[in-house]
Amino acid sequence: MKILVCISNVPDTTTKITFTDNNTQFNNNGVQFILNPYDEIALARAIELTDGGNGTVTVINVGEASTEPTIRKALAIGATDAVRVNAKAHDAWYVAAQVAAYVKANPFDLILTGRESIDYNGSKVASMLGELLDLPSVSIIKKLDIDGDNVTVEREIEGGKEVLTTPLPIVAGAAEGVAEPKIPNMRGIMSARTKPLTVIEPVGVKTLSEIISYETPAPRGQVKLVAADDTAKLVDLLHDEARVI
Amino acid sequence: MPVLVYTENADGKFKKSTFEAVSYARAIADQNNTNLVAISIGDVSSDQLIALGKYGAEKVLNVSNAKLKNFINQAYASVIADAAKKEGADIVVLSNSFSGRGLAPRIGVKLQAGVADGAVALPEQTGKFTVKKTAFSGKAFAVVELTSINKVISLTPNSYKVVENGGAATVEDYAAEGNASDFKAMIKEIVRSTDKVSLPDADIVVSAGRGLKGPENWGMVEELAGLLGAALACSKPVSDAGWRPHSEHVGQTGIAVSPNLYIAIGISGAIQHLAGVSSSKVIVVINKDPEAPFFKVADYGIVGDAFEVVPKLIAAVKEYKASA
Ligand SMILES: Cc1cc2nc3c(=O)[nH]c(=O)nc-3n(C[C@H](O)[C@H](O)[C@H](O)COP(=O)(O)OP(=O)(O)OC[C@H]3O[C@@H](n4cnc5c(N)ncnc54)[C@H](O)[C@@H]3O)c2cc1C
Repeated sequence: MKILVCISNVPDTTTKITFTDNNTQFNNNGVQFILNPYDEIALARAIELTDGGNGTVTVINVGEASTEPTIRKALAIGATDAVRVNAKAHDAWYVAAQVAAYVKANPFDLILTGRESIDYNGSKVASMLGELLDLPSVSIIKKLDIDGDNVTVEREIEGGKEVLTTPLPIVAGAAEGVAEPKIPNMRGIMSARTKPLTVIEPVGVKTLSEIISYETPAPRGQVKLVAADDTAKLVDLLHDEARVI
Repeated sequence: MPVLVYTENADGKFKKSTFEAVSYARAIADQNNTNLVAISIGDVSSDQLIALGKYGAEKVLNVSNAKLKNFINQAYASVIADAAKKEGADIVVLSNSFSGRGLAPRIGVKLQAGVADGAVALPEQTGKFTVKKTAFSGKAFAVVELTSINKVISLTPNSYKVVENGGAATVEDYAAEGNASDFKAMIKEIVRSTDKVSLPDADIVVSAGRGLKGPENWGMVEELAGLLGAALACSKPVSDAGWRPHSEHVGQTGIAVSPNLYIAIGISGAIQHLAGVSSSKVIVVINKDPEAPFFKVADYGIVGDAFEVVPKLIAAVKEYKASA
Protein backbone atom coordinates (compact mmCIF):
# COMPACT_ATOMS: atom_id res chain seq x y z
CA MET A 1 0.00 0.00 0.00
CA LYS A 2 1.22 3.48 -0.90
CA ILE A 3 0.19 6.23 1.48
CA LEU A 4 0.73 9.96 1.05
CA VAL A 5 0.67 12.23 4.10
CA CYS A 6 0.41 15.98 3.55
CA ILE A 7 2.34 17.86 6.21
CA SER A 8 2.56 21.50 7.14
CA ASN A 9 5.07 23.53 9.03
CA VAL A 10 3.38 25.65 11.71
CA PRO A 11 4.32 27.85 14.68
CA ASP A 12 4.82 25.87 17.90
CA THR A 13 1.68 25.72 20.03
CA THR A 14 3.23 27.89 22.76
CA THR A 15 3.86 30.76 20.32
CA LYS A 16 2.52 34.13 21.28
CA ILE A 17 1.11 35.32 17.98
CA THR A 18 2.15 38.84 16.93
CA PHE A 19 2.24 40.77 13.66
CA THR A 20 4.45 43.36 11.98
CA ASP A 21 4.19 45.90 9.16
CA ASN A 22 1.01 47.45 10.42
CA ASN A 23 -0.55 44.04 11.18
CA THR A 24 -0.10 42.75 7.65
CA GLN A 25 2.65 40.17 8.28
CA PHE A 26 2.91 37.33 10.78
CA ASN A 27 5.93 37.99 12.98
CA ASN A 28 8.02 34.83 12.75
CA ASN A 29 10.91 36.39 14.57
CA GLY A 30 12.05 33.90 17.23
CA VAL A 31 9.17 31.54 16.45
CA GLN A 32 9.89 27.84 16.53
CA PHE A 33 8.19 25.91 13.74
CA ILE A 34 6.93 22.36 14.20
CA LEU A 35 5.22 19.58 12.33
CA ASN A 36 1.49 20.37 12.57
CA PRO A 37 0.18 18.26 15.52
CA TYR A 38 -2.70 16.74 13.49
CA ASP A 39 -0.31 15.81 10.69
CA GLU A 40 1.69 13.88 13.30
CA ILE A 41 -1.44 11.84 13.98
CA ALA A 42 -1.95 11.21 10.25
CA LEU A 43 1.67 10.19 9.89
CA ALA A 44 1.51 7.86 12.89
CA ARG A 45 -1.53 6.07 11.44
CA ALA A 46 0.14 5.78 8.03
CA ILE A 47 3.18 4.18 9.66
CA GLU A 48 0.97 1.76 11.61
CA LEU A 49 -0.87 0.76 8.44
CA THR A 50 2.36 0.00 6.58
CA ASP A 51 4.10 -1.56 9.54
CA GLY A 52 6.31 -4.52 8.75
CA GLY A 53 7.13 -3.49 5.21
CA ASN A 54 3.52 -3.56 4.05
CA GLY A 55 3.91 -0.48 1.85
CA THR A 56 5.43 2.98 1.89
CA VAL A 57 4.64 6.34 3.44
CA THR A 58 5.54 9.44 1.46
CA VAL A 59 5.22 12.85 3.05
CA ILE A 60 4.64 15.92 0.92
CA ASN A 61 5.00 19.55 1.93
CA VAL A 62 4.40 22.68 -0.07
CA GLY A 63 6.96 25.06 1.31
CA GLU A 64 10.21 26.88 0.90
CA ALA A 65 13.57 25.38 1.92
CA SER A 66 13.05 26.62 5.49
CA THR A 67 10.49 23.84 6.07
CA GLU A 68 13.07 21.07 5.60
CA PRO A 69 13.74 20.50 9.31
CA THR A 70 10.04 19.67 9.71
CA ILE A 71 10.17 17.33 6.71
CA ARG A 72 13.26 15.62 8.21
CA LYS A 73 11.33 15.22 11.46
CA ALA A 74 8.60 13.35 9.57
CA LEU A 75 11.28 11.14 8.02
CA ALA A 76 12.76 10.54 11.48
CA ILE A 77 9.34 9.52 12.79
CA GLY A 78 9.20 6.88 10.08
CA ALA A 79 8.13 8.17 6.65
CA THR A 80 9.83 6.34 3.78
CA ASP A 81 10.56 9.35 1.63
CA ALA A 82 9.57 12.97 1.18
CA VAL A 83 8.63 15.47 -1.49
CA ARG A 84 8.84 19.22 -1.13
CA VAL A 85 7.07 21.41 -3.64
CA ASN A 86 9.31 24.41 -3.74
CA ALA A 87 6.84 27.25 -3.19
CA LYS A 88 5.33 29.31 -0.44
CA ALA A 89 2.08 27.73 0.78
CA HIS A 90 -0.06 30.62 -0.44
CA ASP A 91 -3.43 29.26 0.68
CA ALA A 92 -5.25 25.94 0.97
CA TRP A 93 -6.33 26.02 -2.66
CA TYR A 94 -2.77 26.56 -3.85
CA VAL A 95 -1.49 23.71 -1.65
CA ALA A 96 -4.25 21.33 -2.73
CA ALA A 97 -3.63 22.11 -6.41
CA GLN A 98 0.11 21.35 -6.01
CA VAL A 99 -0.51 18.07 -4.18
CA ALA A 100 -3.20 17.05 -6.69
CA ALA A 101 -0.80 17.63 -9.57
CA TYR A 102 1.76 15.41 -7.85
CA VAL A 103 -0.78 12.67 -7.10
CA LYS A 104 -2.05 12.63 -10.69
CA ALA A 105 1.46 11.70 -11.80
CA ASN A 106 2.14 9.44 -8.79
CA PRO A 107 -1.01 7.64 -7.62
CA PHE A 108 -1.52 6.63 -3.98
CA ASP A 109 -3.93 4.23 -2.26
CA LEU A 110 -4.61 6.54 0.64
CA ILE A 111 -4.02 10.25 1.15
CA LEU A 112 -4.03 11.67 4.67
CA THR A 113 -3.83 15.20 5.99
CA GLY A 114 -4.35 16.58 9.48
CA ARG A 115 -7.87 17.76 10.29
CA GLU A 116 -6.59 21.32 10.06
CA SER A 117 -3.33 23.19 10.37
CA ILE A 118 -3.06 25.09 13.62
CA ASP A 119 -2.07 28.33 11.86
CA TYR A 120 -4.96 28.99 9.48
CA ASN A 121 -7.35 26.27 10.71
CA GLY A 122 -8.95 25.91 7.30
CA SER A 123 -9.76 22.17 7.26
CA LYS A 124 -9.77 22.62 3.51
CA VAL A 125 -6.88 20.74 1.89
CA ALA A 126 -8.35 17.23 2.29
CA SER A 127 -11.70 18.11 0.72
CA MET A 128 -10.16 20.21 -2.04
CA LEU A 129 -7.85 17.31 -2.89
CA GLY A 130 -10.81 14.96 -2.93
CA GLU A 131 -12.59 17.26 -5.34
CA LEU A 132 -9.57 17.75 -7.60
CA LEU A 133 -8.94 14.00 -7.75
CA ASP A 134 -12.64 13.01 -7.86
CA LEU A 135 -12.20 10.90 -4.74
CA PRO A 136 -14.29 10.65 -1.57
CA SER A 137 -13.00 12.85 1.23
CA VAL A 138 -13.74 13.02 4.92
CA SER A 139 -12.40 16.14 6.53
CA ILE A 140 -12.28 15.17 10.22
CA ILE A 141 -11.86 11.52 11.10
CA LYS A 142 -11.57 9.98 14.55
CA LYS A 143 -10.80 6.44 13.39
CA LEU A 144 -9.57 4.78 10.22
CA ASP A 145 -9.35 1.07 9.45
CA ILE A 146 -8.50 -0.68 6.21
CA ASP A 147 -9.90 -4.03 5.19
CA GLY A 148 -8.65 -5.14 1.77
CA ASP A 149 -9.63 -2.46 -0.72
CA ASN A 150 -12.11 -0.81 1.60
CA VAL A 151 -11.66 1.75 4.27
CA THR A 152 -13.92 2.45 7.22
CA VAL A 153 -13.71 5.81 8.90
CA GLU A 154 -15.51 7.37 11.79
CA ARG A 155 -16.17 11.07 11.56
CA GLU A 156 -17.36 13.51 14.16
CA ILE A 157 -20.76 15.16 13.81
CA GLU A 158 -22.41 17.58 16.22
CA GLY A 159 -23.41 15.53 19.25
CA GLY A 160 -22.35 12.20 17.78
CA LYS A 161 -20.48 10.28 15.16
CA GLU A 162 -20.96 8.78 11.75
CA VAL A 163 -19.33 5.66 10.33
CA LEU A 164 -18.61 5.53 6.58
CA THR A 165 -17.09 2.94 4.28
CA THR A 166 -15.61 3.61 0.90
CA PRO A 167 -13.35 1.83 -1.54
CA LEU A 168 -9.75 3.08 -1.63
CA PRO A 169 -8.38 5.54 -2.52
CA ILE A 170 -9.78 8.29 -0.34
CA VAL A 171 -8.55 11.53 1.22
CA ALA A 172 -9.06 11.99 4.96
CA GLY A 173 -8.08 14.54 7.63
CA ALA A 174 -6.85 12.90 10.82
CA ALA A 175 -7.88 14.08 14.27
CA GLU A 176 -7.29 12.69 17.74
CA GLY A 177 -8.31 9.09 18.15
CA VAL A 178 -6.87 7.98 14.81
CA ALA A 179 -3.44 7.21 16.30
CA GLU A 180 -1.02 8.29 18.99
CA PRO A 181 1.74 10.56 17.64
CA LYS A 182 5.12 8.82 17.47
CA ILE A 183 8.33 10.20 18.88
CA PRO A 184 11.37 9.66 16.66
CA ASN A 185 14.02 7.34 18.08
CA MET A 186 17.78 7.63 17.59
CA ARG A 187 17.81 5.24 14.65
CA GLY A 188 15.02 7.20 13.00
CA ILE A 189 16.87 10.47 13.46
CA MET A 190 20.08 9.02 12.00
CA SER A 191 18.35 7.44 9.00
CA ALA A 192 16.28 10.56 8.30
CA ARG A 193 19.39 12.32 7.07
CA THR A 194 19.84 9.91 4.19
CA LYS A 195 16.22 9.18 3.28
CA PRO A 196 15.21 10.64 -0.11
CA LEU A 197 13.80 14.17 -0.06
CA THR A 198 12.89 15.19 -3.59
CA VAL A 199 12.35 18.85 -4.38
CA ILE A 200 9.99 19.59 -7.25
CA GLU A 201 8.92 22.89 -8.76
CA PRO A 202 5.30 24.06 -8.43
CA VAL A 203 2.71 23.98 -11.20
CA GLY A 204 1.11 27.26 -12.19
CA VAL A 205 -2.01 27.94 -10.11
CA LYS A 206 -4.23 31.00 -10.07
CA THR A 207 -4.72 32.00 -6.45
CA LEU A 208 -8.20 32.75 -5.17
CA SER A 209 -7.58 34.44 -1.84
CA GLU A 210 -5.15 36.76 -0.17
CA ILE A 211 -4.63 37.54 3.51
CA ILE A 212 -4.56 41.29 3.72
CA SER A 213 -4.28 41.90 7.47
CA TYR A 214 -4.48 40.40 10.93
CA GLU A 215 -6.15 41.35 14.17
CA THR A 216 -5.60 40.21 17.70
CA PRO A 217 -8.57 39.64 20.01
CA ALA A 218 -9.65 42.62 22.08
CA PRO A 219 -8.22 42.31 25.59
CA ARG A 220 -10.72 41.54 28.35
CA GLY A 221 -11.20 43.83 31.28
CA GLN A 222 -10.02 43.03 34.78
CA VAL A 223 -11.48 39.82 36.22
CA LYS A 224 -14.24 40.32 38.82
CA LEU A 225 -13.56 38.00 41.73
CA VAL A 226 -16.41 36.60 43.77
CA ALA A 227 -15.91 35.03 47.21
CA ALA A 228 -15.87 31.23 47.25
CA ASP A 229 -18.85 31.04 49.58
CA ASP A 230 -20.90 33.55 47.64
CA THR A 231 -21.84 31.56 44.55
CA ALA A 232 -25.28 33.21 44.59
CA LYS A 233 -23.52 36.48 43.77
CA LEU A 234 -21.87 34.85 40.75
CA VAL A 235 -25.25 33.62 39.52
CA ASP A 236 -26.67 37.15 39.93
CA LEU A 237 -23.80 38.67 37.99
CA LEU A 238 -24.18 36.15 35.18
CA HIS A 239 -27.88 36.89 35.03
CA ASP A 240 -28.08 40.66 35.62
CA GLU A 241 -24.75 41.98 34.40
CA ALA A 242 -23.41 39.54 31.82
CA ARG A 243 -26.92 38.43 30.79
CA VAL A 244 -25.75 34.98 29.77
CA ILE A 245 -28.07 32.88 31.93
CA MET B 1 -27.15 37.76 -8.72
CA PRO B 2 -28.71 36.15 -5.64
CA VAL B 3 -26.86 34.77 -2.62
CA LEU B 4 -27.28 31.02 -2.07
CA VAL B 5 -27.30 29.56 1.46
CA TYR B 6 -27.13 25.86 2.21
CA THR B 7 -29.40 25.00 5.13
CA GLU B 8 -28.00 21.96 6.90
CA ASN B 9 -30.33 19.72 8.87
CA ALA B 10 -29.69 17.03 11.45
CA ASP B 11 -32.21 14.18 11.26
CA GLY B 12 -34.58 16.41 9.30
CA LYS B 13 -34.39 19.33 11.76
CA PHE B 14 -32.71 22.65 11.18
CA LYS B 15 -30.34 23.75 13.89
CA LYS B 16 -29.51 27.14 15.35
CA SER B 17 -26.30 27.29 13.31
CA THR B 18 -28.43 26.94 10.17
CA PHE B 19 -30.55 29.94 11.16
CA GLU B 20 -27.37 31.86 11.88
CA ALA B 21 -26.12 31.07 8.37
CA VAL B 22 -29.42 32.16 6.81
CA SER B 23 -29.47 35.41 8.82
CA TYR B 24 -25.85 36.07 7.84
CA ALA B 25 -26.53 35.32 4.17
CA ARG B 26 -29.56 37.64 4.31
CA ALA B 27 -27.33 40.46 5.48
CA ILE B 28 -24.90 39.77 2.61
CA ALA B 29 -27.81 39.80 0.15
CA ASP B 30 -28.85 43.16 1.60
CA GLN B 31 -25.31 44.49 1.16
CA ASN B 32 -25.70 43.65 -2.52
CA ASN B 33 -29.39 44.59 -2.94
CA THR B 34 -30.21 41.10 -4.04
CA ASN B 35 -32.30 38.07 -3.14
CA LEU B 36 -31.50 35.18 -0.87
CA VAL B 37 -32.12 31.65 -2.08
CA ALA B 38 -31.80 28.71 0.32
CA ILE B 39 -31.14 25.11 -0.62
CA SER B 40 -32.18 22.27 1.65
CA ILE B 41 -31.19 18.67 1.00
CA GLY B 42 -32.85 15.77 2.79
CA ASP B 43 -36.11 15.01 4.46
CA VAL B 44 -37.24 18.33 5.96
CA SER B 45 -40.90 19.21 6.66
CA SER B 46 -42.47 21.94 4.53
CA ASP B 47 -43.28 23.94 7.69
CA GLN B 48 -39.62 24.24 8.44
CA LEU B 49 -38.79 25.12 4.83
CA ILE B 50 -41.42 27.88 4.73
CA ALA B 51 -40.17 29.16 8.08
CA LEU B 52 -36.74 29.84 6.56
CA GLY B 53 -38.42 32.99 5.29
CA LYS B 54 -38.39 34.33 8.85
CA TYR B 55 -34.62 34.48 8.70
CA GLY B 56 -34.65 36.18 5.32
CA ALA B 57 -34.79 33.56 2.56
CA GLU B 58 -37.16 34.54 -0.27
CA LYS B 59 -37.03 31.18 -2.00
CA VAL B 60 -36.14 27.68 -0.85
CA LEU B 61 -34.98 24.95 -3.22
CA ASN B 62 -36.05 21.67 -1.68
CA VAL B 63 -34.08 18.57 -2.70
CA SER B 64 -35.94 15.60 -1.28
CA ASN B 65 -34.41 12.87 -3.48
CA ALA B 66 -34.16 9.80 -1.22
CA LYS B 67 -30.69 9.04 -2.60
CA LEU B 68 -29.51 12.28 -1.04
CA LYS B 69 -31.20 11.87 2.33
CA ASN B 70 -27.95 11.33 4.19
CA PHE B 71 -25.01 13.68 3.94
CA ILE B 72 -22.33 12.65 1.43
CA ASN B 73 -20.15 15.70 0.96
CA GLN B 74 -19.17 14.80 -2.59
CA ALA B 75 -22.77 14.54 -3.77
CA TYR B 76 -24.02 17.50 -1.76
CA ALA B 77 -21.24 19.66 -3.18
CA SER B 78 -22.32 18.73 -6.73
CA VAL B 79 -25.94 19.60 -5.97
CA ILE B 80 -25.14 22.90 -4.28
CA ALA B 81 -22.61 24.02 -6.90
CA ASP B 82 -25.09 23.18 -9.70
CA ALA B 83 -27.82 25.12 -7.91
CA ALA B 84 -25.49 28.10 -7.58
CA LYS B 85 -24.84 27.99 -11.33
CA LYS B 86 -28.53 27.62 -12.22
CA GLU B 87 -29.56 30.44 -9.91
CA GLY B 88 -26.66 32.58 -11.04
CA ALA B 89 -25.50 32.94 -7.43
CA ASP B 90 -21.93 34.14 -7.04
CA ILE B 91 -21.82 33.89 -3.23
CA VAL B 92 -22.53 30.63 -1.41
CA VAL B 93 -22.90 30.64 2.39
CA LEU B 94 -23.00 27.70 4.78
CA SER B 95 -22.25 26.89 8.41
CA ASN B 96 -18.71 25.89 9.33
CA SER B 97 -20.11 22.80 11.07
CA PHE B 98 -18.38 19.44 10.90
CA SER B 99 -20.26 18.69 7.70
CA GLY B 100 -19.86 22.22 6.38
CA ARG B 101 -16.10 21.88 6.64
CA GLY B 102 -16.15 18.89 4.34
CA LEU B 103 -18.48 20.63 1.93
CA ALA B 104 -17.34 24.24 1.50
CA PRO B 105 -13.91 23.37 0.01
CA ARG B 106 -15.47 21.02 -2.54
CA ILE B 107 -18.02 23.65 -3.58
CA GLY B 108 -15.15 26.13 -3.80
CA VAL B 109 -13.22 23.93 -6.22
CA LYS B 110 -16.29 23.29 -8.37
CA LEU B 111 -17.09 27.01 -8.64
CA GLN B 112 -13.42 28.10 -8.82
CA ALA B 113 -14.28 30.18 -5.80
CA GLY B 114 -12.07 31.40 -3.00
CA VAL B 115 -13.26 29.91 0.29
CA ALA B 116 -13.41 31.97 3.49
CA ASP B 117 -13.70 29.32 6.19
CA GLY B 118 -14.71 30.11 9.72
CA ALA B 119 -15.98 33.64 9.07
CA VAL B 120 -16.77 35.57 12.25
CA ALA B 121 -18.22 38.77 10.77
CA LEU B 122 -20.00 40.07 7.70
CA PRO B 123 -17.84 40.66 4.64
CA GLU B 124 -16.71 44.16 3.80
CA GLN B 125 -17.21 45.07 0.19
CA THR B 126 -15.45 48.35 -0.31
CA GLY B 127 -13.58 47.69 -3.53
CA LYS B 128 -12.17 44.49 -2.13
CA PHE B 129 -14.31 41.64 -0.85
CA THR B 130 -12.85 40.77 2.55
CA VAL B 131 -13.94 38.42 5.32
CA LYS B 132 -12.64 38.21 8.88
CA LYS B 133 -11.95 34.67 10.06
CA THR B 134 -10.32 32.98 13.02
CA ALA B 135 -6.65 32.11 12.68
CA PHE B 136 -3.93 30.59 14.83
CA SER B 137 -6.57 28.52 16.61
CA GLY B 138 -8.30 31.51 18.13
CA LYS B 139 -5.16 33.45 19.01
CA ALA B 140 -5.84 35.92 16.19
CA PHE B 141 -8.07 36.81 13.27
CA ALA B 142 -7.08 37.07 9.63
CA VAL B 143 -8.80 39.34 7.14
CA VAL B 144 -8.95 37.39 3.89
CA GLU B 145 -9.65 38.91 0.53
CA LEU B 146 -11.49 36.63 -1.88
CA THR B 147 -10.10 37.61 -5.27
CA SER B 148 -12.22 35.17 -7.31
CA ILE B 149 -15.53 36.03 -8.99
CA ASN B 150 -17.41 33.32 -7.10
CA LYS B 151 -17.09 33.14 -3.33
CA VAL B 152 -17.82 30.57 -0.66
CA ILE B 153 -18.14 31.59 2.98
CA SER B 154 -18.54 29.21 5.91
CA LEU B 155 -19.72 30.85 9.11
CA THR B 156 -18.34 29.95 12.54
CA PRO B 157 -21.22 28.76 14.75
CA ASN B 158 -22.20 31.21 17.52
CA SER B 159 -20.54 34.18 15.83
CA TYR B 160 -23.55 35.79 14.14
CA LYS B 161 -26.89 36.44 15.77
CA VAL B 162 -30.06 34.87 14.44
CA VAL B 163 -32.25 37.64 13.00
CA GLU B 164 -35.97 37.03 12.55
CA ASN B 165 -37.74 39.72 10.61
CA GLY B 166 -38.79 38.09 7.36
CA GLY B 167 -41.99 36.37 6.29
CA ALA B 168 -42.75 33.08 4.59
CA ALA B 169 -40.47 31.68 1.92
CA THR B 170 -41.63 30.21 -1.38
CA VAL B 171 -40.66 26.54 -1.50
CA GLU B 172 -39.82 24.93 -4.85
CA ASP B 173 -39.11 21.27 -5.40
CA TYR B 174 -35.70 21.04 -6.94
CA ALA B 175 -34.69 17.90 -8.83
CA ALA B 176 -31.06 16.97 -8.27
CA GLU B 177 -29.12 13.75 -8.50
CA GLY B 178 -25.46 14.37 -7.92
CA ASN B 179 -22.93 12.66 -10.20
CA ALA B 180 -22.59 8.91 -10.46
CA SER B 181 -19.05 9.02 -9.05
CA ASP B 182 -20.23 10.98 -5.98
CA PHE B 183 -21.61 7.98 -4.16
CA LYS B 184 -18.53 5.86 -3.49
CA ALA B 185 -18.71 6.59 0.22
CA MET B 186 -21.55 4.90 2.07
CA ILE B 187 -22.81 5.70 5.51
CA LYS B 188 -22.98 2.63 7.71
CA GLU B 189 -24.07 4.14 10.97
CA ILE B 190 -25.07 7.47 12.47
CA VAL B 191 -25.02 7.81 16.23
CA ARG B 192 -26.43 10.99 17.64
CA SER B 193 -27.12 11.36 21.31
CA THR B 194 -30.24 13.38 21.75
CA ASP B 195 -29.82 14.10 25.45
CA LYS B 196 -26.48 15.84 25.09
CA VAL B 197 -25.97 19.43 24.00
CA SER B 198 -23.57 19.53 21.06
CA LEU B 199 -20.33 21.27 22.00
CA PRO B 200 -19.62 23.40 18.89
CA ASP B 201 -23.14 24.86 18.89
CA ALA B 202 -23.64 25.27 22.63
CA ASP B 203 -24.57 28.63 24.17
CA ILE B 204 -23.07 27.58 27.47
CA VAL B 205 -20.09 25.28 28.00
CA VAL B 206 -19.02 23.81 31.34
CA SER B 207 -15.45 22.61 31.11
CA ALA B 208 -13.18 20.91 33.62
CA GLY B 209 -9.51 20.07 33.83
CA ARG B 210 -6.94 18.06 35.67
CA GLY B 211 -7.85 19.90 38.87
CA LEU B 212 -10.76 17.48 39.20
CA LYS B 213 -8.32 14.67 40.00
CA GLY B 214 -10.18 11.83 38.27
CA PRO B 215 -13.13 10.78 36.10
CA GLU B 216 -15.15 9.74 39.16
CA ASN B 217 -15.49 13.43 40.08
CA TRP B 218 -17.32 14.49 36.92
CA GLY B 219 -20.76 13.97 38.46
CA MET B 220 -20.92 17.52 39.76
CA VAL B 221 -19.69 18.92 36.43
CA GLU B 222 -22.42 17.02 34.62
CA GLU B 223 -25.00 18.19 37.11
CA LEU B 224 -24.00 21.83 36.67
CA ALA B 225 -24.03 21.47 32.89
CA GLY B 226 -27.42 19.78 32.99
CA LEU B 227 -28.90 22.61 35.08
CA LEU B 228 -27.56 25.25 32.70
CA GLY B 229 -28.42 23.35 29.51
CA ALA B 230 -24.71 23.43 28.78
CA ALA B 231 -22.40 21.21 26.76
CA LEU B 232 -19.49 19.50 28.51
CA ALA B 233 -15.87 20.14 27.62
CA CYS B 234 -12.45 19.33 29.07
CA SER B 235 -8.76 20.14 28.79
CA LYS B 236 -6.44 17.98 26.71
CA PRO B 237 -4.76 16.02 29.53
CA VAL B 238 -8.20 14.98 30.72
CA SER B 239 -9.12 13.39 27.39
CA ASP B 240 -5.58 12.07 26.89
CA ALA B 241 -5.93 10.23 30.19
CA GLY B 242 -9.23 8.80 29.03
CA TRP B 243 -11.20 10.52 31.80
CA ARG B 244 -13.44 12.03 29.14
CA PRO B 245 -13.96 11.38 25.40
CA HIS B 246 -11.80 13.20 22.84
CA SER B 247 -14.91 14.86 21.44
CA GLU B 248 -14.98 17.04 24.59
CA HIS B 249 -11.39 18.26 24.28
CA VAL B 250 -11.25 21.99 23.56
CA GLY B 251 -8.26 24.13 22.72
CA GLN B 252 -5.68 24.62 20.05
CA THR B 253 -5.58 20.93 19.17
CA GLY B 254 -9.19 20.23 20.06
CA ILE B 255 -12.47 21.89 19.27
CA ALA B 256 -12.59 25.68 19.16
CA VAL B 257 -15.71 27.03 20.83
CA SER B 258 -17.29 30.46 21.11
CA PRO B 259 -20.23 30.12 23.48
CA ASN B 260 -21.88 32.99 25.35
CA LEU B 261 -20.62 31.54 28.60
CA TYR B 262 -17.61 29.32 29.24
CA ILE B 263 -17.13 28.02 32.78
CA ALA B 264 -13.66 26.58 33.42
CA ILE B 265 -13.23 24.43 36.51
CA GLY B 266 -9.78 23.30 37.63
CA ILE B 267 -8.13 24.30 34.37
CA SER B 268 -4.88 26.27 34.57
CA GLY B 269 -5.34 28.26 31.34
CA ALA B 270 -2.33 27.13 29.29
CA ILE B 271 -1.87 29.04 26.04
CA GLN B 272 -3.00 26.02 24.01
CA HIS B 273 -6.20 25.73 26.01
CA LEU B 274 -6.96 29.46 25.83
CA ALA B 275 -6.49 29.43 22.05
CA GLY B 276 -9.64 27.40 21.57
CA VAL B 277 -11.88 29.15 24.09
CA SER B 278 -10.85 32.80 24.15
CA SER B 279 -13.56 33.90 21.74
CA SER B 280 -16.20 32.92 24.32
CA LYS B 281 -18.23 36.00 25.18
CA VAL B 282 -18.06 35.57 28.97
CA ILE B 283 -15.52 33.42 30.81
CA VAL B 284 -15.88 32.23 34.42
CA VAL B 285 -12.92 30.57 36.10
CA ILE B 286 -12.99 28.44 39.22
CA ASN B 287 -9.50 27.53 40.39
CA LYS B 288 -7.87 27.13 43.79
CA ASP B 289 -4.68 28.84 42.63
CA PRO B 290 -5.09 32.65 42.51
CA GLU B 291 -2.05 32.77 40.20
CA ALA B 292 -3.60 30.46 37.57
CA PRO B 293 -3.11 32.15 34.18
CA PHE B 294 -6.79 31.60 33.33
CA PHE B 295 -7.80 34.44 35.68
CA LYS B 296 -5.99 36.91 33.40
CA VAL B 297 -8.46 36.28 30.59
CA ALA B 298 -11.55 35.68 32.71
CA ASP B 299 -14.50 38.00 33.24
CA TYR B 300 -15.54 36.45 36.55
CA GLY B 301 -13.56 34.26 38.90
CA ILE B 302 -13.79 32.34 42.11
CA VAL B 303 -10.57 31.40 43.88
CA GLY B 304 -11.40 28.22 45.71
CA ASP B 305 -11.49 24.46 45.82
CA ALA B 306 -13.71 23.11 43.06
CA PHE B 307 -14.96 20.35 45.35
CA GLU B 308 -16.46 23.02 47.60
CA VAL B 309 -17.32 25.72 45.08
CA VAL B 310 -19.06 23.64 42.43
CA PRO B 311 -21.65 22.04 44.77
CA LYS B 312 -22.39 25.53 46.12
CA LEU B 313 -22.70 26.88 42.61
CA ILE B 314 -25.10 24.06 41.77
CA ALA B 315 -27.19 25.00 44.81
CA ALA B 316 -27.17 28.66 43.79
CA VAL B 317 -28.23 27.86 40.23
CA LYS B 318 -31.04 25.66 41.56
CA GLU B 319 -32.21 28.47 43.77
CA TYR B 320 -32.05 30.96 40.90
CA LYS B 321 -34.03 28.62 38.67
CA ALA B 322 -36.64 28.03 41.36
CA SER B 323 -37.16 31.77 41.78
CA ALA B 324 -37.07 32.64 38.08
C1 LIG C 1 1.24 20.50 21.15
C2 LIG C 1 0.36 20.78 22.32
C3 LIG C 1 -1.00 21.01 22.11
C4 LIG C 1 -1.85 21.21 23.19
N1 LIG C 1 -3.18 21.44 22.94
C5 LIG C 1 -4.03 21.62 23.99
C6 LIG C 1 -5.41 21.83 23.78
O1 LIG C 1 -5.90 21.85 22.66
N2 LIG C 1 -6.22 21.97 24.86
C7 LIG C 1 -5.75 21.93 26.14
O2 LIG C 1 -6.55 22.07 27.07
N3 LIG C 1 -4.44 21.74 26.35
C8 LIG C 1 -3.57 21.57 25.32
N4 LIG C 1 -2.25 21.34 25.57
C9 LIG C 1 -1.83 21.12 26.96
C10 LIG C 1 -1.61 22.40 27.72
O3 LIG C 1 -0.30 22.85 27.52
C11 LIG C 1 -1.83 22.15 29.23
O4 LIG C 1 -0.96 21.14 29.64
C12 LIG C 1 -3.25 21.73 29.60
O5 LIG C 1 -4.19 22.63 29.05
C13 LIG C 1 -3.40 21.71 31.08
O6 LIG C 1 -4.62 21.11 31.44
P1 LIG C 1 -5.28 21.46 32.85
O7 LIG C 1 -5.43 22.91 32.96
O8 LIG C 1 -6.50 20.62 32.95
O9 LIG C 1 -4.23 20.86 33.87
P2 LIG C 1 -3.16 21.58 34.79
O10 LIG C 1 -2.30 22.50 34.02
O11 LIG C 1 -2.55 20.50 35.56
O12 LIG C 1 -4.02 22.50 35.71
C14 LIG C 1 -4.91 22.05 36.68
C15 LIG C 1 -5.46 23.26 37.36
O13 LIG C 1 -6.40 22.86 38.31
C16 LIG C 1 -6.23 23.63 39.48
N5 LIG C 1 -6.72 22.81 40.60
C17 LIG C 1 -6.16 21.71 41.14
N6 LIG C 1 -6.94 21.22 42.13
C18 LIG C 1 -8.01 22.02 42.19
C19 LIG C 1 -9.16 22.06 43.03
N7 LIG C 1 -9.38 21.13 43.95
N8 LIG C 1 -10.05 23.03 42.83
C20 LIG C 1 -9.86 23.99 41.88
N9 LIG C 1 -8.79 24.01 41.10
C21 LIG C 1 -7.88 23.04 41.24
C22 LIG C 1 -4.77 23.93 39.56
O14 LIG C 1 -4.56 25.13 40.31
C23 LIG C 1 -4.41 24.09 38.08
O15 LIG C 1 -4.53 25.44 37.68
C24 LIG C 1 -1.36 21.18 24.51
C25 LIG C 1 0.01 20.98 24.72
C26 LIG C 1 0.86 20.80 23.65
C27 LIG C 1 2.32 20.59 23.92
